[in-house]
Amino acid sequence: MKIGLDIGSTTIKCVVLDNNDCIVYQSYERHYSHIVEKSAALVRKLHETLGDSHAVLGISGSAGMGFANACELPFVQEVFATRVAASRFSPDTDVIIELGGEDAKILFLTGGMDVRMNGSCAGGTGAFIDQMATLLKLSADEMNEAALHSEKRYTIASRCGVFAKTDVQPLLNQGAKKEDIAASIYAAVVNQTIAGLAQGRPIEGNVMYLGGPITFLSALKNSFDEALGLTGTLPQNSLYYVALGAALYSDKAFDLDDVAEKLEHYSAAADFVCNPPLFANDAEYENFRARHAKATVPTGTLADARGALDIGIDAGSTTVKLAALDEAGRLVYQSYQPNSGNPVPLVKAVLEDLYRQRPDLVVRSATATGYGEEIIKNAFSLDYGVVETVAHFTAAKHFLPEVDFVIDIGGQDMKCFKVDHGAISDIYLNEACSSGCGSFLQTFAEALGVSVPEFAKLGLFAKRPVDLGSRCTVFMNSSVKQAQKDGASIEDISAGLSLSVVKNALYKVIRTTSPEDLGRNIVVQGGTFYNEAVLRAFEQEMGVEVIRPAIAGLMGAYGAALYGGARAAQQGKSTRSSLLSAADLAAFTHQAKSFTCNGCGNHCQLTLNEFTGGRRFISGNRCEKPLKTGVSQEPLNMFAYKRSLLAAYQPVSGPRGKIGLPMGLNMYELLPFWHTFFTRLGFEVVTSPASNRALYLSGQGTIPSDTVCFPAKLMHGHIAALAARDDVPVIFYPCMSYNIDEDLGDNHYNCPVVAYYPEVIAANCRCIASKTFIGDYIGIHYPKVFPHKMTNVLTKYFTGISLAEVKTAAKAAYAEYDAYLARIRAKGTEMIDEARRRNMPILVVAGRPYHLDEETGHGIDQLICSHGAALISEDAVYDRAGKVEVNVLNQWTYHSRLYAAASYVATQPDMNLVQLVSFGCGVDAVTTDEVKEILHRGGKIYTQLKIDEITNLGAVNIRLRSLLAAIGR
Amino acid sequence: MEYPKFTKEMKATHTILIPQMAPIHFGLLKNVFLQAGYRVQVLANQGPSVVATGLKYVHNDTCYPALLVIGQMIDALASGNYDLEHTALMITQTGGGCRASNYIHLLRKALVKAGYGNIPVVSLNFSGLEKDSGFAMTLPMLRKMVAAVFYGDELMLLANQIRPYENRPGDADHLVQYWTTILSEDFAAGHGIARREMAANFDRIAHSFAHIRTTRVPKVKVGVVGEIYVKYSPLGNNRLEQFLAGEDCEVTVPGLLGFLLYCVANTSETIRLYGGSNVLRFGAEKLLDWFAVREHDMINAIGNYPELRAPAAFSETMECADGMIGYGNKMGEGWLLTAEMVELQQHGVDNIVCAQPFGCLPNHICGKGMMNKIRAAYPDANIVAIDYDPSATRVNQENRIKLMLSMAKEKLRNQPADPWQSKPASEYSDPLPLRGFAGTVAAK
Repeated sequence: MKIGLDIGSTTIKCVVLDNNDCIVYQSYERHYSHIVEKSAALVRKLHETLGDSHAVLGISGSAGMGFANACELPFVQEVFATRVAASRFSPDTDVIIELGGEDAKILFLTGGMDVRMNGSCAGGTGAFIDQMATLLKLSADEMNEAALHSEKRYTIASRCGVFAKTDVQPLLNQGAKKEDIAASIYAAVVNQTIAGLAQGRPIEGNVMYLGGPITFLSALKNSFDEALGLTGTLPQNSLYYVALGAALYSDKAFDLDDVAEKLEHYSAAADFVCNPPLFANDAEYENFRARHAKATVPTGTLADARGALDIGIDAGSTTVKLAALDEAGRLVYQSYQPNSGNPVPLVKAVLEDLYRQRPDLVVRSATATGYGEEIIKNAFSLDYGVVETVAHFTAAKHFLPEVDFVIDIGGQDMKCFKVDHGAISDIYLNEACSSGCGSFLQTFAEALGVSVPEFAKLGLFAKRPVDLGSRCTVFMNSSVKQAQKDGASIEDISAGLSLSVVKNALYKVIRTTSPEDLGRNIVVQGGTFYNEAVLRAFEQEMGVEVIRPAIAGLMGAYGAALYGGARAAQQGKSTRSSLLSAADLAAFTHQAKSFTCNGCGNHCQLTLNEFTGGRRFISGNRCEKPLKTGVSQEPLNMFAYKRSLLAAYQPVSGPRGKIGLPMGLNMYELLPFWHTFFTRLGFEVVTSPASNRALYLSGQGTIPSDTVCFPAKLMHGHIAALAARDDVPVIFYPCMSYNIDEDLGDNHYNCPVVAYYPEVIAANCRCIASKTFIGDYIGIHYPKVFPHKMTNVLTKYFTGISLAEVKTAAKAAYAEYDAYLARIRAKGTEMIDEARRRNMPILVVAGRPYHLDEETGHGIDQLICSHGAALISEDAVYDRAGKVEVNVLNQWTYHSRLYAAASYVATQPDMNLVQLVSFGCGVDAVTTDEVKEILHRGGKIYTQLKIDEITNLGAVNIRLRSLLAAIGR
Repeated sequence: MEYPKFTKEMKATHTILIPQMAPIHFGLLKNVFLQAGYRVQVLANQGPSVVATGLKYVHNDTCYPALLVIGQMIDALASGNYDLEHTALMITQTGGGCRASNYIHLLRKALVKAGYGNIPVVSLNFSGLEKDSGFAMTLPMLRKMVAAVFYGDELMLLANQIRPYENRPGDADHLVQYWTTILSEDFAAGHGIARREMAANFDRIAHSFAHIRTTRVPKVKVGVVGEIYVKYSPLGNNRLEQFLAGEDCEVTVPGLLGFLLYCVANTSETIRLYGGSNVLRFGAEKLLDWFAVREHDMINAIGNYPELRAPAAFSETMECADGMIGYGNKMGEGWLLTAEMVELQQHGVDNIVCAQPFGCLPNHICGKGMMNKIRAAYPDANIVAIDYDPSATRVNQENRIKLMLSMAKEKLRNQPADPWQSKPASEYSDPLPLRGFAGTVAAK
């Protein structure tokens, strides 16, 4: 008899084989992280069930590794186990795709064995699908069922669970259909698996699917079939292949009772890294509670509310909150409820309740804030909308007029801001990858099978809070598993997670090191701070006492009500709100329809919400176009101008034939140079088309490193597009260690990715095999040497190109490059003057030349202009400052421009700078702190927008609106 | 920003703390500094507080080595073990296009943030950066350091070869310790630097390792390549070598000399590609020749013993990159990393762990970016890329390495054994001619 145990991240699978390798027993259960206990119990049960205590035993699975080694049980790596089982039971399989709880794997069995497994990022796996189902308020089965009835797909970032979440949440809030979202999530998972793991190797032949998610979710399987263009098989026992492999692989027999005993003994043996306990004793806890109990607001009941009410509604990502204040400023009504995806019916119910309790309700103002601000404001005809940072600040200031710093940790996002002289001076929002927020604690509480408040309570008196670090949720999953394996209790984990939420906020989002940075008067708020473990951890980590208002979770709504009240007061005494009346509410209906906008190349997926009375609200748009509001004045958009300049470099037919340039990375700036150079030499220069989602997807399968920045990934699509053109025999994409020396820094490098990405293209994109690919190392930084070196390079590929010709062409190319930059600078001056004439705020958007790309920039430029600001790019102003003294090695040309642009902006009262940063850009880890320092020295607010494959602009919008609100616009 | 300088006077008064990287090499280098009158100490502090300190004072998206090294230094300063009025720090600076050139600046920023802004930082570099420092690299010191790199490479290479097979566990490590002492004594007396002396030492070292009694059995051979800090530093790679040894593997880690010569070769290549001073190019090529002669001595010395396997010369390694990646790829480990992976393939080490910090920029190109190409050229290649960062868990990393090892072990069973591994070890009867050696090897 052979026993195989597959101990995965969420489940334990067990099979028992008889001597003919037939399955005589199998079981599948969730272990809720009680890995060792459950395994021991299972082994004891097997003895009972099988009636035999002697059996061959093998262990596999990511969670089984540690104790298998410690207990000297044979361990076989799970992917390898799968292969062992497949070659025994399904020998004609070519490719296996296996999705597990946290792992995704592809095994190529024929034509060169190869095994691929996801790296340290667990996005797009079972745990991710579970998370998404929770977000949709569906069970896994319901989500599958919904996906089977979808009509359309949305683009959802497939790399990381947290990214996907930020895509899904706004879709929900905007009223997109769950069916469509569910199907889109599955498509994202498929994308992630294929692109992330196959890395260019085609998946064909007999494909077999394994693992829980594909077994249970038919829509997911369909999605795989569709993407691969074939019908894969789901074998019998598809859940048990790893366990089968473990059983077949092992050749060591054990006494089962001995094994169980060893396991039980193991539970207590290991150790983990821990922090000091949150509270040393009960007295400390009581003091802490008493201190925080003092932070209250005046309250009253709705029945005895006096005068007209100010209502604030905060439609957050995971909760909907409503606060009503009476004339005397008393909080007379409050509501706090989980957002099950669509906030509209929730708000309707709460408003109905208000009218029911006070049929004579008089409302002075109604204000919406939060993710769902726009839809709520339109649906119920509210008076005002306010960006959430301002709402929270208004509330905090009301609480503690001398407040220096506000930290709000909500369900999905974290908003922190520094206050200086009564105005927001600095804003910190969590970036898409580090949502260590409320929903994060919720996910873990649920995974461990306890409610959120219970989970928090458990942590308070943990003896040894686990040290879990401060990184992203997905990494945290494995850290928690590891700690559990090492014997950490649920208490220790709860406290450890609270600490990690705090550390994430402090070191990752705010990037502070001492309480002095935050000021003396700190207000902490947001639902997450109801969790006393988090509150305590915060005070402990920073060594300060903070104010946590009793209405911590309601502060957004409270602030919105205050804001609305103040606005209404300005309007005059008898102002009344336009909020729907009780009668209007009774007749209220809401219908959502989705469609694609074809107004421009962005092709936004829009959702049209229609409400009773003909009120409409379109969401998902990045610009004003689909709203047809008609912008009165031509926007001042430097990005648009630069695009038009680049578009002017059209092919000119020439005797030497066509040469293709991929429009990505540094080619964005060097197009004028190379276009002129090659046109002069008699080539017809063609470029790859403008980027879009489809172009990206067409090259996605050849990306070898999934953590490289998005602009680099996009390059694969551009290459594929050029390769697909039969009329283009040559692709020119040179390696360039150096950029042009602009005397702004200590050196003039390109970053490693920009410099050498052609090597990656040459090594991984098989589509260029039939082309002449010129990826040579070329330097244009010594204009005198360039023609000689370039002639040598060209002679390798073409005949009859003389040095003299190259010299002439080079001269024209350098001249054109200079003229191009001069045009941008001249236009910059013109736009700045015009903006000043129109009294518009001027935002200098500083990034890289290739952020101009529409798929990379996601229409952020249009968004900025839609807020009535003039958008100037850094290359229009950096020459006005010259070389800047910085505290870091200033050695990359593009990055030197950032410092120069920042130091210029710092001297201009009506200018502000917004830095665009590609996710995963290692160099910007250096530049961002430096740019920030330069701006701070000039008394400016630093705003950073992180951009990636992600398409949601919600967070970007909050930052921009907060910035504009802070500078008084 | 004005930062405190390391003045000449400080040489006598200050203790200079150096982060640990390659333990064998740094053991020798430390003594070179001591002999030159610098009171150096290689940091040994580790544990979670190092990472926590790094996370606190360094931008969290910065590469892991910066985070660890800076974390280790500040953690040491905060430990109370050092007189902060008389402590300085030393950090290397490469000066290339990788963000690693910025470590010293990130360190200085972090020191200010942590309240240690008064601690001077010494830049150790060969690119002429920070010339105003009171830390003067003298020619004798430089020559000793170069010799230390050679010796360190030989000791690391041979210990890695012998350790998995030694009959008496610890023999190889004892020899490493023994030689660290002896060579340092040589340095102190001004010896072990001239070519003739180095050649003699290479032979004596090889001879001593060949004497270790071993039992040859087939074992999985694993090459470790990658970003230089994570590749060598046990703190950076979660004790990767120890883990692999525990999995019964023979580990091969390419030497430090290769990286040094790669930097020299790049000087010449850059001028060839883009223009520049021909004198400098000529100088770089002469320097390569100078190194090649000594490297040749070392390879010969090892090659004389059938019990040992000599490494490839740098020039051979360099050839391995040909047709794979351009020599102009010079940021981070650049073409050398690709070349090392190819060289391992050519020398029968199919299994490779490529270690890099999460999001390492150059490795997107020369590491991960080249793997498909290497696999296409060497179908037996079994390469796994492992990312290291503060929160990447060990269990995740080890699981992936285990997958690579499972494949390797399967192949080991089905393949004809490596001739070296299947050959019975020869038995030396003569006693080891080692002066003053108290270890176990000489005792037989």
